[in-house]
This record gives sequence, structure tokens and C-alpha cells, in this order.
Amino acid sequence: MRGIDKSFAAVRANRGVDLAVARGHVHGLIGENGAGKSTLMSILYGFYTADAGDIRIDGAPVRIADSRDAIRHGIEMVHQHFMLVETMSVLENVVLGAEGGALLARHLPAARATLRQLAADYGLEVDPDAIVGDLAVGAQQRVEIVKALYRGADILILDEPTGVLTPQEAADLFRVLAALRAQGKTIIIVTHKLREIMAITDRVSVMRAGQMVGHRVTAQTSAEELGEMMIGRRLAARLDKAPTALGAVALAVAGVSLHDGFGVPRLKQVSFDLHAGEIVGIAGVAGNGQSELLEALSGMRAFDSGRITLPNGAIVGPGDPADAAARRAAGLAHVPEDRLRTGLLAGFAARESAILGYHEDAAYGRAGLLDWRRIERHTAALMTRYEVRPLLPKLRSALFSGGNAQKLILAREMERDPAVLLVGQPTRGVDIGGIDFIHRRLLALRDRGAAILLVSVELEEILRLADRILVMFDGAIVGALRPDEADERRLGMLMAGAA
Amino acid sequence: MNELVSLLAATVRVAVPLILAGFAGLVSERAGIVDIGLEGKMLAGAFAAAAIAAVTGNVWLGLLGAVAAAGVLGLVHGFVAITQRGNQVVSGMAINILVSGLSMTLGLAWFAQGGRTPPLPPGARFPELFGQDVLVWPAFLLVPLGWWVLSHTSFGLRLRAVGENPAAVDTAGVSVARLRYAAVLIAGVLCGVAGAYIATAQAAGFVRDMTGGRGYLALAAVVLGKWRPFPTFAACLLFAGLDAVAIRLQGVVVPWIGQVPVEFVQAVPYVMTVVLLAGFVGRAVPPRAAGTPYVKDR
Repeated sequence: MRGIDKSFAAVRANRGVDLAVARGHVHGLIGENGAGKSTLMSILYGFYTADAGDIRIDGAPVRIADSRDAIRHGIEMVHQHFMLVETMSVLENVVLGAEGGALLARHLPAARATLRQLAADYGLEVDPDAIVGDLAVGAQQRVEIVKALYRGADILILDEPTGVLTPQEAADLFRVLAALRAQGKTIIIVTHKLREIMAITDRVSVMRAGQMVGHRVTAQTSAEELGEMMIGRRLAARLDKAPTALGAVALAVAGVSLHDGFGVPRLKQVSFDLHAGEIVGIAGVAGNGQSELLEALSGMRAFDSGRITLPNGAIVGPGDPADAAARRAAGLAHVPEDRLRTGLLAGFAARESAILGYHEDAAYGRAGLLDWRRIERHTAALMTRYEVRPLLPKLRSALFSGGNAQKLILAREMERDPAVLLVGQPTRGVDIGGIDFIHRRLLALRDRGAAILLVSVELEEILRLADRILVMFDGAIVGALRPDEADERRLGMLMAGAA
Repeated sequence: MNELVSLLAATVRVAVPLILAGFAGLVSERAGIVDIGLEGKMLAGAFAAAAIAAVTGNVWLGLLGAVAAAGVLGLVHGFVAITQRGNQVVSGMAINILVSGLSMTLGLAWFAQGGRTPPLPPGARFPELFGQDVLVWPAFLLVPLGWWVLSHTSFGLRLRAVGENPAAVDTAGVSVARLRYAAVLIAGVLCGVAGAYIATAQAAGFVRDMTGGRGYLALAAVVLGKWRPFPTFAACLLFAGLDAVAIRLQGVVVPWIGQVPVEFVQAVPYVMTVVLLAGFVGRAVPPRAAGTPYVKDR
């Protein structure tokens, strides 16, 4: 792949990206969220078409306009979210689109035999008659790989293949990949986990912010070097921060663990104290448990074990229901990660979003009736103070730009001076001016004595605001450091689970 | 005994359009396109069949016209639902309303008989074959044939897959749009045949809104049959049987109750669908992607 460009509206997801993969190698593609890895692979797989650049296979230029072209050239992708029909059998899923002819009965026996052969060659055991929806995630992934090989894949792309797997399933996957390589298949593995890269790849390419940073032979590089390449040198423009006046513990988290619906552990024994007057930043690549942590703390989700002590002294344990209203009442405010889905009511007016969660407050009405005049006055005041534009309390929430919508949510959650503020991705999709405004407001709240837990995938943001940094990887807190001792190398290693 | 035979014969006659329309709905929804417009497409077929048969005196030309008219409406629904990614329920409703009005207007303009088409002479109606209307046989053969296509051919496999997870079909290198267009076209053609049967076999000419809700009844049969061919067929037969009984119950005085209002009996199929689904046959899970347009971008 040479000189690949791809933009989505104003976002340039790939800029002049080059990637060369040698036949019969396992090639790693590593980078942070939004580095452009998935976009690049989707172009190779024909899901998107590149704006510029060309693709060559064995030296010959090829045009890949859709998935069919990619399949014809032996390129197959195992997506992060499996492309399987859950109500159908494994066999039906495998042959879908490559049935061999109009009559299934004539071609299915051959497909069955091929499946047996694949199982023998690569250790890819799957029951052809099982219904896909009944299988565990690891087995579903095997079906995806079998499906790719059945179609004669020579080049296999795996997008974050271990993200949904248990450690045991991941170990099985690596065995299969080793067997595939031994048979001469070319494998591209997209991941943000350094340990996996070091363990199974021959070569590795690093992407950052839509560009290719460099290529290395895995045996000749180190996790440290890759981590640094992945994060890059960043000058955190420090804000003028008053030194912290550390107060009492406002929120105590002790040994909190939780599993998702598939039994995959998402939080592992997470413990920390959050003091009044400090900002604790949670750094990490997205999907390493930060979202689950916010959900458990804010009362959006129950947890399996551990204990959370709220600012008012109340203790929440594993058996307790997730009750966001009770957490709010205890002095815990929450600015959710997903602004449009959980932060506000996208289809409702700003004035309705502005009281969401506090709508039973006596200030907004009595006996279940809302006093719209007061609410509107209140919303207009909030919008003025937090510079939300346009200043139209009746405008539909979804029509505000990212930054203005975020300021509206921050206004709602911060104006009551909560004892604890949980903030997820406060500046995602926010313009520079908005970022600066939001950062100053967060610092001001901290200076007033609030305890703030800041979850962000933006390292600059964490380095700029946090008084303490905790790094999450794979559901656990793997490191704690001060911003002045947090350099790119250490953070990169911790975030990629290599320390 | 005679009574029973004539009841069965009536059931078969009533069942034919239900089976055809039911299968149309089944194919469309298994491919992920919700089809509320069965009723309108059948009505268009009925009007086209009656009008053409009245003018040409040839019932087969009428059938052809019915298939063409309903097929085009199927493609219109496809254009809205597949290409324009519009709301499938709204599109189906629009077709129903459009045809209901248009058939009257065109009927008035062309034949000036209060919206009816001229009554058809016996030669312009469907002949019988083995003592039944000739269309009865293909309608009943459609069920095993359709089942076989859905479960034993690649086309059927792809069709079922595209209604569950179109992204899987797309990444397998198969065109989602082409499959779905095929499904709406099949649905249109089947509705056309059903309409032709209603206007030129059951009746002898077109009357305003003569499909009388059979399109919705067919949809209820699809749900009750859980989107599977044979159970849907059984539900169609059941509804047809109830309808045949309802006709016989008209004016009959039941002891203690008195005369049963015919509306009550006609409502039974719908009530039964609700009751059966609520408690007796378990949950009906529609094809997962039914009703949602396929959008490729994330």
C-alpha cells in the first residue's frame, strides 16, 4: 500500500500512509485509538475506497473497490465485531457468498470436508452444525477465521483480535496464527497491545494520527521503542495550576471487579482514593475498562465485588443496584463519555437536557409539573455562564456543536458544586477554544475543593490537568505516577501493557 | 358431510390469496424489508387484472398485467427502502393508500361504473383444473417450493442471511441491494397473482377496496408462522377456515347468545394472532435486520 489518503468529512484518517507486508509473515500494525489503523485495513479490505494511493500485491497493482475484489485477491478480514449471522449454523455462515453453486445439497458435503481439513491443518476446531449465536466469543472468532480460509485467503487481516477474548481463548488464537504462518499465510494483526506484537509478529508498523511513523523488525526493536513511537513526543502546554490543597478522601474505590455479559472480566480489583481538591487522570487506550469504571462509579452498572465509599459516607457493595439518582444525591456528578447517547437527550430541547437527572428538583416545578418558564430562565443563565452558543434554550440538543453540547452538560453537572465529578472524554470532538474553556472550568472546580476523576484517551489532556495519573490496561490499574515523572516512554509502555 | 366438504372447499378458495400474499410478506421480511404494502399491491393486481380482462376478454393478459402492476409497486417500495433508506412502514402505508384511491379514480375514469370494472363474462375468468380454480394449484405448490428454495439453495441462504445481518452478506462479497430488490420483486409478483385471483377468479370484476384487509391478515399469518413457510401456510389455512365459518355463521342464531354479529367473527383471526402469540406459540422473533436500511458507514 502506497501513499494512502482517506478523509471522513473534515477528519483525515489516513495521510500518505505506506505499508509493505512480506509474504508468509505475521505483520503487526500498532497505534493508539484513532491513529488510522482500522481505516487503513478497511481500505485494503475494500470496505472503504481510498481517496488517493495505490495497492500492489506481489508487485502487481490491484484495484479494490469492494469486498468482492478483496476476496478475489485472497484478502480476508476478521472484523472486531464479527460478521456472522447468529441464527444460522457454522456451516451456513462459512459458505455464505461462496456456496459453489445454486444447490446447497450438492456443495455442502464438500464444504464440510474442507472444514474438517482446516480443523486438522490449523487446529481450528468448530462444530459445523452448531448455531453461531450459541457459541462463545472465541469460537465465533474461529468461525470467522475458518470462513476466511474457506474462501482461500492468502492474506488475513485481524482487527483487535484479542479485545473480546479471555486469556485462554487468546492463547488458542496465537497457536492458530502460528500454524497459519507455518503454512505460508500472510497475517496482518491490528492491535494496541505491545505484548502481543512482541510475542507473535515478525515485523511491526506503527501509526500515529493518521500517519505511518515507522517500520521495525520485531526482533530488533523493543516494547519501549514501540511505545514511544506510538505515543510520540508531546509537549504538554501546562496550564498555570495552583498547587493542590489535598483534602479528605471524597471517593474511595476498593477492589472493584466486574464481568460483562459474556463472562469476560472488564474490571479487575480496581482500587484508589480520590481526595477533595485533586484531579486524578485515568490514562489508557480505549476499551481497557475505563468506560466500565465510570459506569460502575456513576451508578449506571452494578459490579461483582469490591466496595465504593461515596462522598456522604454511604457504602455501595456488589449486591447493590446501580442507582444513578442515589449517587447524584450523594454528591457524585457525572459527565458521561458518550455525549449524545447518555449525556443529553439528543432529540429534546437544550432546556430539557439542562435539567436531565435533576428534573425532580423543586426548583423546576411542583407535583410532577414542570415550570418551563423557570427552567428556561435557569437554562439561559447556565448557557451564558458556560458560553454555550447559540444561546437558545429551545434549540434541539443534537444541533449544538460538540463543544457547546459538552459545555451544556458540564454546566449542568458542575453548577451544583458536587463533591465528586466523574468526567469521561470531556473534550472529544471539541474545538481548541472549547478545550481550553473546559480545562479551565475543571481546574476551577478542583480549586474550589471538588474531587475530579478524569478519564480520557487524550494523553495531553491528562498530562495537562491531572495531579495524579493512573494507567489502566486490561481492566486493571497497572501504574500510578505524577505528571512530572510521566514521560512518553513510561506511559506508552504502561498503556500497552508491556511494563 | 356435505356441509363439511363445502366448508373445506370454501376454505381453499379463501386461502389462495392469503397464501400468496403471506409468502410475499415472508420473502420480503426474511430479506429484511418490512412489507405493510401487501394489501395495496394485491389491490393493484386485482384492479389491473379486472380492467385488462374486461377490455381484452383474456384473463391471462389480466394476470400478466396484475403481476406487472404489483411488481412495479414492489420495486417502488424497494427504491424507498433500499436505495433511499426510507422508512419501510411509511412506504408500505403510502402504497396502500395510493392504490386504494388510484384504483377508484382510474376505474371511474375508464369505465364510468362507480369505480367498478365491468362484470366479466365466464370466458374472461379463470378456468378450472381438477375441479378447482386453476390458480389454486400453483398457490399450494408455492409453499413446498418456496420452503425448498429458502432452505436448500444458495439464493435462499443469502436471502435469509441478508435479513439477519446484511453486513455479513456484504463482507462476504454479495450485494445486499440486489438481494433485497429480488425479494421485493418476488413479493410484488406474488401479490399480483393474489390480486388477480381475487378479482378474476373469486369475483367477476373489481370492486372498491375488494382485498378487504387480506394483506394485513397475511402479515398476521407471517408473524404467527414465525416467518417460516409451513407454519405460515398453516396460519393462512386457519384464518381462511375461520373466514369460511364466518360466512356460514351469518344470520345463524346461536342459543343463549342470539345472532352473532359477523364483525365479531371477522375479528377472530386478529384476536387469535394476539392471543396465540401472547401465550401459546411462544415468542415470534422477526429477522433481526427487518425494517432497518443497510448503511455501510460506521
